[in-house]
Amino acid sequence: MMATPSPEAALDRIAARRGMWLVAPAVLWTLAFFLLPTLSILGLSLYQAEGGRAAGALTLANYERFAAQGYFWQSLVNSLILTGLVTVISLALAFPLAATIAFRVPSHLQRLCLMLCVLPFWTSYVVRSYAWLLVLAPNGVVNQTLMGLGVTDSPLPLSFNRAATVMGFVHFFTMLATLTIFASLTRINPRLMMAARDLGASGLQVFLRIVLPLSVPGLAAGAFLIVVVVMGDYVTPQILGGNNDLVLPQTIMMQIQRRGDVPMAAALSVIMMVVVAAAYLVLARKLTAERT
Amino acid sequence: MRRALPTLAVLLPMLVFIYLPVVTLVLFSLHDGRVPVPPFKGPTLEWYGRILSNPKITGATINSVLVAAVSAAISVALAMLAGWGLARQRVPGRKWIEAMILMPLTVSYLVVGLGLLVATGGLVPKSLALVIVGHVVLNLPLAFAILYVQFDAAQGRLEMAARDLGASERQVFWRVTVPSLRVALIAAFALCFTFSWDEFIVAFLLSGFDPTLPVVIWSLLRTGLDPQTNAAGTLVFLVSVAAALLVEAILLKRRKSDPVL
Repeated sequence: MMATPSPEAALDRIAARRGMWLVAPAVLWTLAFFLLPTLSILGLSLYQAEGGRAAGALTLANYERFAAQGYFWQSLVNSLILTGLVTVISLALAFPLAATIAFRVPSHLQRLCLMLCVLPFWTSYVVRSYAWLLVLAPNGVVNQTLMGLGVTDSPLPLSFNRAATVMGFVHFFTMLATLTIFASLTRINPRLMMAARDLGASGLQVFLRIVLPLSVPGLAAGAFLIVVVVMGDYVTPQILGGNNDLVLPQTIMMQIQRRGDVPMAAALSVIMMVVVAAAYLVLARKLTAERT
Repeated sequence: MRRALPTLAVLLPMLVFIYLPVVTLVLFSLHDGRVPVPPFKGPTLEWYGRILSNPKITGATINSVLVAAVSAAISVALAMLAGWGLARQRVPGRKWIEAMILMPLTVSYLVVGLGLLVATGGLVPKSLALVIVGHVVLNLPLAFAILYVQFDAAQGRLEMAARDLGASERQVFWRVTVPSLRVALIAAFALCFTFSWDEFIVAFLLSGFDPTLPVVIWSLLRTGLDPQTNAAGTLVFLVSVAAALLVEAILLKRRKSDPVL
């Protein structure tokens, strides 16, 4: 600090103080109700539950149990398989849909078309999973249609399995990824595609060497949102998957509700956060490519 | 016509896939029978009558509206203050503060709910207030992301003009900043409202004896397929769609009018 503060410096300090006051409520809310609770999950995961409460000394016992017991381990593997399947299928369905709207639909209809394609996005996730149960049930719409057409004599097992969970998730994320991919596609300068055509590139080459690389930020944004939600969602697998192929959030809720073992649930949550953070680090490079 | 065919070949099957569950849900909420499966009989409004006269469901609806309105208002207010502070005032460590406010977006809702459950440690009873706290954690980053990008150069010049004309910072905020961002403020509020209105897991973990609507619908699911659940689900869906359409209408009107405001 200089001995004789200039008027500018004094004004700067006033502005800085005002800035801090304005930012403080949001920062304090996040500190108190998000960061502190998240740290207390981390802290609690280092204790063991005894008679319904955390007791004893610091220990890695919960993490050792995770590594040793196939039940916990398997739920992580199931979560990863589910997340992988949902990510790949959703992006594979969303891409042609977004590209069709961006490049084929006349521009004055694009906005309407996009809105129409994502309107059911606004169904509550509990309600949406229930709606899929209606569709996939043994006596539901799909099975009755298939039996009516004579494709099958007895109802196909469409609900209460991993395929049903994948279906429920894919439905939601196809809509979400269509939005993020559409945003990327409309940002591509059409002259790039025309120039490639003029220089003799085939339609496939234009797609593989221009459209696809330039839509990577949209794909990465979609993929990250999918990973965060699928890794952490309890509702969809619980309603549609039944008690088969339990995923990590289901075992976490099981520890809280049935076993009363919140420290174990905390340890499993920490593992879940680590997996999501790893996915973020992988996808972050692709996301930031958008800004530079 | 030749161009339209491949377009429709992609669009139509996707629209069937996207609308199949929603149409089934809504159609069979009007079903005249105890199990909402084909063949469709009816229509009847019996199930709507039943849920609207069920005090458990109407009570939960009021709880949900309360939680959604209060948490959306707090989220938007905090996000607006922080956005203005970061964009227009000098704040040391700006990048870090931005990152911190956005951080909850990278964590699943289950972790936010469990965190509050663990941190309150049974000392604070489960309540709607706790659900509101949790929903603000979820929605604050979203509201911030929407509002922060609105503080662009054009909007900055309006504030500068007001300052040159002798307005105090307080006057700039209330007379220029808030009115010039009113569209984004309404959009952010409506989005936060719908996300809170739909949210299940945080409400399930923290609401205690005062459940919100998604929590009550969850408990209805134990009885299996039931046209009452269809009716309740349809109402939840319609409220969300109304909010989404409101945002869309506001944004559409905005694009057509003055591009600065």
